[in-house]
Amino acid sequence: MNKILLIIKREYLSRVKKKSFILMTILGPILMVGIMIVPIWLSMQKTEKQKVEVIDDSFLFTGLIQEKDIVHFDYPPITIEQARAGFFDTDYDAILWIPKNVLNGGQNGINLFYKKQLSNSAQQHIQYSISKMLYEVMLAKNKVNVNLIKDAKDKSTFTMITTQVDEAGNDKKTNTGLYMGIGLVAAIMIYIFIFMYGVQVMRGVMEEKTSRIVEVILSSVKPFQLMMGKIVGVALVGLTQFLLWVILSTTLYTVAVATFLKDIDMKQIQAKEEVIKIGENLDFEKMGKIEEPNEMTQLWNDFKQVDMPFITLCFLFYFLVGYLMYSAMFAAIGAAVDSEADTNQFMLPITIPLIFSFGIAQTVMQDPEGSLAVWFSMIPLTSPVVMMVRLPFGGVSALEIALSMGLLVLGFLFTTWLAGKIYRTGILMYGKKISWKELGKWLFYKG
Amino acid sequence: MNILSAKNIVKRYATHTALDDVSLDIPAQSIFGLLGPNGAGKTSLIRIINQITGPDSGEVFFENEKLSPKHVEQIGYLPEERGLYKKMEVGEQALYLAQLKGMKKADAKKKLKYWFEKFEIDAWWHKKVEELSKGMQQKVQFIVTVMHEPKLLILDEPFSGFDPINANIIKNEILNLKAQGATILFSTHNMGSVEELCDNIALINRSRKIIDGSVKDIRKENKSNLFEVEFTGNMMGFTNSLWTYGKLGEYKAEGELCKAQIQLTPGSTANQLLLSVLSAVEIHSFKELVPSMNDIFIKKVSEQNSIGTQSNFIE
Repeated sequence: MNKILLIIKREYLSRVKKKSFILMTILGPILMVGIMIVPIWLSMQKTEKQKVEVIDDSFLFTGLIQEKDIVHFDYPPITIEQARAGFFDTDYDAILWIPKNVLNGGQNGINLFYKKQLSNSAQQHIQYSISKMLYEVMLAKNKVNVNLIKDAKDKSTFTMITTQVDEAGNDKKTNTGLYMGIGLVAAIMIYIFIFMYGVQVMRGVMEEKTSRIVEVILSSVKPFQLMMGKIVGVALVGLTQFLLWVILSTTLYTVAVATFLKDIDMKQIQAKEEVIKIGENLDFEKMGKIEEPNEMTQLWNDFKQVDMPFITLCFLFYFLVGYLMYSAMFAAIGAAVDSEADTNQFMLPITIPLIFSFGIAQTVMQDPEGSLAVWFSMIPLTSPVVMMVRLPFGGVSALEIALSMGLLVLGFLFTTWLAGKIYRTGILMYGKKISWKELGKWLFYKG
Repeated sequence: MNILSAKNIVKRYATHTALDDVSLDIPAQSIFGLLGPNGAGKTSLIRIINQITGPDSGEVFFENEKLSPKHVEQIGYLPEERGLYKKMEVGEQALYLAQLKGMKKADAKKKLKYWFEKFEIDAWWHKKVEELSKGMQQKVQFIVTVMHEPKLLILDEPFSGFDPINANIIKNEILNLKAQGATILFSTHNMGSVEELCDNIALINRSRKIIDGSVKDIRKENKSNLFEVEFTGNMMGFTNSLWTYGKLGEYKAEGELCKAQIQLTPGSTANQLLLSVLSAVEIHSFKELVPSMNDIFIKKVSEQNSIGTQSNFIE
């Protein structure tokens, strides 16, 4: 037992001390926080108003386009030709030209001429405001009461409240989008972790085999001890990196927000995001809702409803046991081959279930209680990813979870036993082209 | 007392038998040579003694106890194909391997310091293995093999990969360790080193042991009563004087001096032969030709192989 600890220690320290590990650990959070902070920060920088000169030949919009903190409109009484001719003598950033026949099918003739591209949100604001006004004008022209329609729309649009009822009769609000997000993030992390560190185990085994040190080590410890020591050592490296990423990202995020975005309170950021979001799907159904940027608060409330401690525990379980199961197989491959080039034919059958489980994640999200979802969350090779997608939806019974976890542990024990047999024969076998048939034979060799 | 006894070891792989009923006794504090052509089964046997693999049947005893994982600490192993972790520092790596052999870290450090100084390589402690030359790596590997003061040292082709100077250092170290009480089992093709170093040998060919015993006895058993005489004088007279005591074999003359091989006839003695030639020519030297281990090796292996081919033919 003491020797296994020595092996784990070596595997762990030799990896953690590597420059590439330190670099990855530091760069990861910087990149992550950068992705979160930089766009917000950049959009904050564009506080100077962009000036647009509106040439409204239809006279429908003159003086009416809604002003915004990022864009200002002027309505000079000149023709479009004059405006364009003198464009570079003015300090306008853009000319908005609305043709005369805009109400009679000319709306596609609305043009924006610019020196430098307007910011995305400014452009969307213009498009959105004009579209809205056109809509109202059209209704009024046909003697339809705008307010009536607005009222009807307000009273007919709704968001369905979905509530899950548990056995004890308690209600639980649900938010499908949020659950999808949580499930997807967990599934992606498990997938990447298994791949990244599984391959590291394989490389490590190959290194020992090709450098021939394995024979010296095996004269001191059992092959199984060496294999498990490596698998556990690498797992600890993965956990360390994961933990450091979480800690560093959180710290960095807090620091970055405090330094770069200190003047802006979060509500403003949310409002900004809201503008972008509404601009994206220019939809009249959502017209009445521009001024309500409280979706984030709602999301946060929903988030608090999810049983995060439980999901985190399950995540850690599937994360670890799933990795252990796969990495045993990766170790067996590393032991069986002589060079990296030979690994491909054996890698494929192992990676297929993993890629497959990721592929069906979409379907599982649509129907987390469907038979596809249930079956593949039981089968050990696919359960780590599929179960993590199902769990946030909350409909998985305790029995199902216990069964899935139990099967995964059995799967882990079985693959490790199998891998151990291939490993101890392969690790001492050189210069032989290995086939699947050959691997099958190794299972029956005596230690 | 035997430090190691292997009894009726059988090891089979899918298509062939690597070891077929092989038994060995290695006396304590001796140097034992394990000989045999490539693929004879030497490495399989060494791996079984090192508990890297297990036999299909048969048993191994270490100091009369059944071989078990606790004996790992009493054995040092230098495999034929050598290697270390390339990216790891020399000192750190040696410490790790010492601890795997059950040494305490502090003891291992002390011992390593002693060996590194002895081999004049203390400057390499913080170097990565990949920065060392092949010969340097071999030295490190030798230290790693002996640092835990094993009672039994198993060296697979210990001299391959060393230049003559370093090979000599290693040879002296092996004799030194024997003097300090260690037993050395080494496998080799180098027959010269066998005669020089080994007290006992076993010859393995085609998965079977074909001879074993002390080097002295084996050479005695395999001698063929062949003598070499150097003389000056009349060749004809010399031949006639052999009488019935011996038969002339190969001979050659280098100027005055003639060199002849005489096969002693059964029932005669060397003294009778010498007496009868003394009167005919002037003798410069007279010596018995004892076969070298190399001759015995080739003779025994080819004997067995030809029997094998014949029986195959009959089948």
